[in-house]
Amino acid sequence: MGESCASKNNSPPKDSCEIIEDKWKLVPAFLKGKGLVKQHIDSFNYFINIEIKKIVKANEKILSDADPMFYLKYLNINVGMPDIEEGFNITRSTTPHECRLRDLTYSAPITVDIEYTRGSQRVARSNLIIGRMPIMLRSSNCVLTNKSEFELSKMNECPLDPGGYFVVRGTEKVILIQEQLSRNRMIVEEDRKGSVQCIVTSSTHDKKSRTLVIMKKGKYYLKHNSLQDDIPIAIFFKAMGFCADILIMQMIGTEKETLQKMALSIEDCYSASVYTQNQALNYIGKRTKQKRFLGPTGKPKPPIDQARDLLTSVILAHVPVENFNFKHKAVYTALMVRRVIQAESQPEFIDDKDYYGNKRLELAGSLLSLMFEDAFKRLNTELKMIADKNIPKIKAAQFDVVKHMRQDLITNALVHAISTGNWTIKRFKMERHGVTQVLSRLSYISCLGMMTRVNSQFEKTRKVSGPRSLQPSQWGMLCPSDTPEGEACGLVKNLALMTHITTEVEEEPIIKITHNMGVESLHWFAGEEMYYTNVYTVFLNGNILGITGKHRRLIKNFRMLRRCGRINGFVSIYPHHKHKSVYISSDGGRLCRPYIIVENGKPLVNSTHINKLSSGLMKFEDFLNEGLIEYLDVNEENDSLIALNEGEITLKTTHLEVADFTLLGVCAALVPYPHHNQSPRNTYQCAMGKQAMGTIGYNQRNRIDTLMYNLVYPQAPMVKSRALDLINFDKLPAGQNAIVAVMSYSGYDIEDALILNKASIDRGYGRCLVYRNSRCNLKQYANQTYDRVMPPLLEAETLTAPYKHQALDSDGIAAPGEIVKDRQVLVNKTMPVVSGTTSTPGMPGQSLPNVEHKEVPVSYKGSVDSCIDKVMISSNNEEAFLIKILLRQTRRPEIGDKFSSRHGQKGVTGLIVEQEDMPFNDYGICPDMIMNPHGFPSRMTVGKLIELLAGKSGLLEGKFQYGTAFGGAKVEDICEELVKNGFNYQGKDFFYSGITGEPLEAYIYSGPVYYQKLKHMVQDKMHARSRGPRAVLTRQPTEGKSREGGLRVGEMERDCLISYGASMMLIERLMISSDAFDVDVCNLCGRLAYSGWCHGCNSSASVSTIRIPYACKLLFQELQSMNVVPRLTLKNYCD
Amino acid sequence: MSNIIYMREDGVKPASADFEENWTLKKYQEELVIKVIKHDSSEMEFDIIGIFPALCNAFRRILISEVPTMAIEKVTMIQNKTIIPDEILAHRFGLIPLKANPRLFQYRMPGDLVGTDRDTLNYELKVKCVKNPHRRAGHYRLEDMYLNYEVLSKDIKWIPFGDQKLLYKEEDMGAIQDDIVIAKMRPGQELHVKLAAVKGIGKDHAKFSPVGTATYRLHPHIKLLDDVIDDQAERLKQCFSKDVIEVVNKSGHKIAQVKNTRIDMCSRNVHNEPQLKDKVEIGRIRDHYIFTIESVISSPPDELFRESVKIMKKKCAEALIELKNMTINVDVS
Repeated sequence: MGESCASKNNSPPKDSCEIIEDKWKLVPAFLKGKGLVKQHIDSFNYFINIEIKKIVKANEKILSDADPMFYLKYLNINVGMPDIEEGFNITRSTTPHECRLRDLTYSAPITVDIEYTRGSQRVARSNLIIGRMPIMLRSSNCVLTNKSEFELSKMNECPLDPGGYFVVRGTEKVILIQEQLSRNRMIVEEDRKGSVQCIVTSSTHDKKSRTLVIMKKGKYYLKHNSLQDDIPIAIFFKAMGFCADILIMQMIGTEKETLQKMALSIEDCYSASVYTQNQALNYIGKRTKQKRFLGPTGKPKPPIDQARDLLTSVILAHVPVENFNFKHKAVYTALMVRRVIQAESQPEFIDDKDYYGNKRLELAGSLLSLMFEDAFKRLNTELKMIADKNIPKIKAAQFDVVKHMRQDLITNALVHAISTGNWTIKRFKMERHGVTQVLSRLSYISCLGMMTRVNSQFEKTRKVSGPRSLQPSQWGMLCPSDTPEGEACGLVKNLALMTHITTEVEEEPIIKITHNMGVESLHWFAGEEMYYTNVYTVFLNGNILGITGKHRRLIKNFRMLRRCGRINGFVSIYPHHKHKSVYISSDGGRLCRPYIIVENGKPLVNSTHINKLSSGLMKFEDFLNEGLIEYLDVNEENDSLIALNEGEITLKTTHLEVADFTLLGVCAALVPYPHHNQSPRNTYQCAMGKQAMGTIGYNQRNRIDTLMYNLVYPQAPMVKSRALDLINFDKLPAGQNAIVAVMSYSGYDIEDALILNKASIDRGYGRCLVYRNSRCNLKQYANQTYDRVMPPLLEAETLTAPYKHQALDSDGIAAPGEIVKDRQVLVNKTMPVVSGTTSTPGMPGQSLPNVEHKEVPVSYKGSVDSCIDKVMISSNNEEAFLIKILLRQTRRPEIGDKFSSRHGQKGVTGLIVEQEDMPFNDYGICPDMIMNPHGFPSRMTVGKLIELLAGKSGLLEGKFQYGTAFGGAKVEDICEELVKNGFNYQGKDFFYSGITGEPLEAYIYSGPVYYQKLKHMVQDKMHARSRGPRAVLTRQPTEGKSREGGLRVGEMERDCLISYGASMMLIERLMISSDAFDVDVCNLCGRLAYSGWCHGCNSSASVSTIRIPYACKLLFQELQSMNVVPRLTLKNYCD
Repeated sequence: MSNIIYMREDGVKPASADFEENWTLKKYQEELVIKVIKHDSSEMEFDIIGIFPALCNAFRRILISEVPTMAIEKVTMIQNKTIIPDEILAHRFGLIPLKANPRLFQYRMPGDLVGTDRDTLNYELKVKCVKNPHRRAGHYRLEDMYLNYEVLSKDIKWIPFGDQKLLYKEEDMGAIQDDIVIAKMRPGQELHVKLAAVKGIGKDHAKFSPVGTATYRLHPHIKLLDDVIDDQAERLKQCFSKDVIEVVNKSGHKIAQVKNTRIDMCSRNVHNEPQLKDKVEIGRIRDHYIFTIESVISSPPDELFRESVKIMKKKCAEALIELKNMTINVDVS
């Protein structure tokens, strides 16, 4: 990738192009601090440490209408460390693994300090628990943070596990990163009719609204949800107190073109006879949507007040209005109008919605804060209602509000949201589904891949290409390869390796600094000054800060201050020359990534720094603190000239890429030599790497998952990459190196099928373990009865257990090590027949001796036997017994099992061949696997060819080769090494046929390739049925393997039979083998008769029996129930 | 008539077909040569000259898949506290080569679950890992801290069965290598299993295969068509395995000579040298087989080869009988 664009002009002196050796070492240093999922953890930390306090501060007081003296004030809030309750008020610290095993929620108490009145007393209480917060693993409040590997293993936790997810009711849940358009920014776009509009989605803590400036018939209007009609823009300005037309025009712009375009709109005012502010407010007030709620006085507010409220706090809610001074809001609206006017004549003013600088990513922290704020507000209103209701009552005990503070409201809201993934916040009319997903633990990669996934809000069904296609501004932030195929293509994205997502930074100091640097507040100006040449408007998070005449100096100084640490490193500043604006952003959710700063054609980082880094004298943070590296967000990145490597640096260059391979994501890091592959192949591999089985963590043997696939002998790949080391794939691999011969063999290898060597399989290649679990709860019922586990039955004569109970231990639970067959019992559970009804209460703790129990055994289903690996007996949250049984199967590869290399080349096993039939080379080596060469020409996976070559030379040299993206070992060097070791330079060897013993006429390209075994195995899919269950309603065979269903002769198959004319076959398939049914038909009335008697005609005179599908009979009856009479006319077949 | 298979740049050119036509049994018997080149207890290399690939390959195939050996087939788990699941452990046991001579045993009858002393060898393994009571402070190596932290193949103990005690000695029955790691353990873990080894063939499972591999290659043929001198001579030397080409000084020039073609591994790298590739003829002698047998059981490789010949003979005899039956049948009809 590098040589192409070394510049010709203004190239700096030669010596400055020196290459920084091992510059990539900054990447591991970057990842060392927080790991791959730092964005989740950072965001959650910000929430529980800072934002939660802000939320409480904003809602700190509860007052009651009943008693003016009553108040409750939150002084402080704290999220503690995760624990579990054991009995009454006894808590114990817990570990995530315990929660996983026992189906608990890994959560910590939320405690508040409050001050309130009880009667006339003022009472202070501290550490009052108001709910429980699910804790993200490895966040600041998690027990796993900053623990050594030894401590982690003591807690049964894998040190390589990234964290960043929650454990809720025993399942691991990830809150996916959500992508949205950035809020509080003006977006100019074309609407469906092609006219230009400017949209601002304002969002503050308590309001969310959308304001539009639209153009209709040459006039400009303001449109808002809370307004019934569109308000002419001039009236809007007048309502804000800018009544003179000249004031309005000064703000919008006084160019001739603008004046002309505005003329009609200004006139609008006069035709509506609105001249003063009050008239304008009245005009708007009459057009607000009627609110059902009344003011505190019981009367609806006058329209003028309504309109004023609307203007201050609803329309453009994020623009501050102090003391009804609408200056800011007016300028802001004027700017919106101006943008629309500009965009009408100059289409380049229309914003690109897909541009990634206009996107913000919402993470676990911000989503949870929305949920928490909602729940907290609900708690407060509930308390207020209780106070209102209870204070007037006179009781013996004084009203104590603390007694009414429920813990479960907040707890349930959070737990329920995370466990279902439904984010419903009525206040914002927000209803989102699928926000959380169960963390996929198929392989380590699938788990990591899930943590970096970015979900877009677009509808999947819509056929649009814009949001789906790869935007150039995503460079380095999102992986270009990793996206699913099919309907979610391009909408689900993945973060690149070095991407960081910002959290909110306080605005106050930035405002001060910018004002000190010469930004003048708008209050001093009429507005016209904004549009003078050389005057730039300065924005902070979408709000206008002021104007400056020297924007270059402002930006330069701002960046200088940021580099020396005076301004937070994640605040970005960039000019927008078309808008004549300088944008400063400090909001959360921006994507950014670190770059080496280049000054005067020289990168600030040099080899001495790197040496210090590798010897441990410097950390990544030091590079940031010393101003050698800085974070750039998407917008600022697009204002910089970034060199890919040292050779490209010119005098104009501002930054240098840290390492080029970091533009790929976690899943794409798996592919060796991805830059040699056709791009869709890398995309396919990204999807397949998630299905590969291998290892999922050091604690995999302690887990009891619903489904877990492990490889028996996993191997680290021969051809690694730098990125692969960074994500620890070599420690938790998912695949094996197979010696592959690229040749055709036997014809069982067509269509990507693979040939496997039986001896290799015998020796353990591709062998895998499949773990499944089976669970059961033992409940206690209200009437002192409870579920029991009974010992196995013994047959009277032989004293042996019947077939069903053979796997059971004497305690009635299957014994570890036992092999269970289909339909054998795992837990011999019995349930009381009468439950719920409170019978005569016996002694507490003692069960009623002779309550009838019925058997409800948990039994094993599966055509292949399993082995009991482990049995866990514990209790869950509701103090009920919980029994989990881990079942294990060991599988060797068989014909039909799916394998894939790391280049999107999947294939099923076509044939398993004896070793002696396999071809062998001069060294006597038989390949483990034969792959058909037809897989190459159309797929163009040159990377795989190089992987094979590199792997072969690695074997001979006894080292791992590196196939890092945009780098890696070169083919020439590899060939050199092969020749050195007496192998052919092309990697092709002389082979003999194992069957005839004669030499093969072609040389065979052979060597090791890393192959993944995918989770799709024949054993899980094979299914057949001759007879079996039928659906109740239609009496047709059931569907699906799990219900032992039949194989459907579908519409298309039916069409084939019809066109062929196989009518008897059709009757046989569609009726006789499905739902044949004998019905009596009355020939007189044509309706169905019953057992030879027509109830309609009251006769049995001409009732005949015919055979029709049950579904047909059902249809007739359903039609009858709707007052439609289907009548059958029967005729003799021979007539 | 040439018996050279030429190795071209783009592929192998097979030898001419007329070679096989004037074959006679007598000539074959006279011309067949077997030369043993290297022979020790585990590896053997010998040349067979004048043989057909089908026959030579048949021996190779029989060696891999039909010469019987003893291997562990049934594992009874009594206690398994290691982290390795039972099935995997059993699989690992199966792959351990045993010293027992398969010729002294019979195949176990199908359906027989216990076996007799003539077809079954019983072993037992009982290891428990404990903390080393004599561990000295400051020693953190695994072998210092724990006893039996690894289950090794030497822990497999032979349990004589029936008359076996009288017939065999214990040192002839265990695993061939002592240091095969079966499982790793930590204090508190233990492994107690009973193992039964039976006779089997490689076709059934690779664990019964007596050879690491048995393979052959054709004898290389290298002929210099032109003088290769000086620098080019050195380059030519690099194109072949070590010591295949020697460079000698002759009248002031360095001249390349073929020294030993036998050891060349036919990398064909000479095709990568544009100036050299036309000056050399490389190929293989079509009826000169260099046969390598690597024995992984206690029998030496030559014995394995003899065994394979025996099996081959038996197959031929069976085939002849079948053939005879067929002709009789034909006659009757």
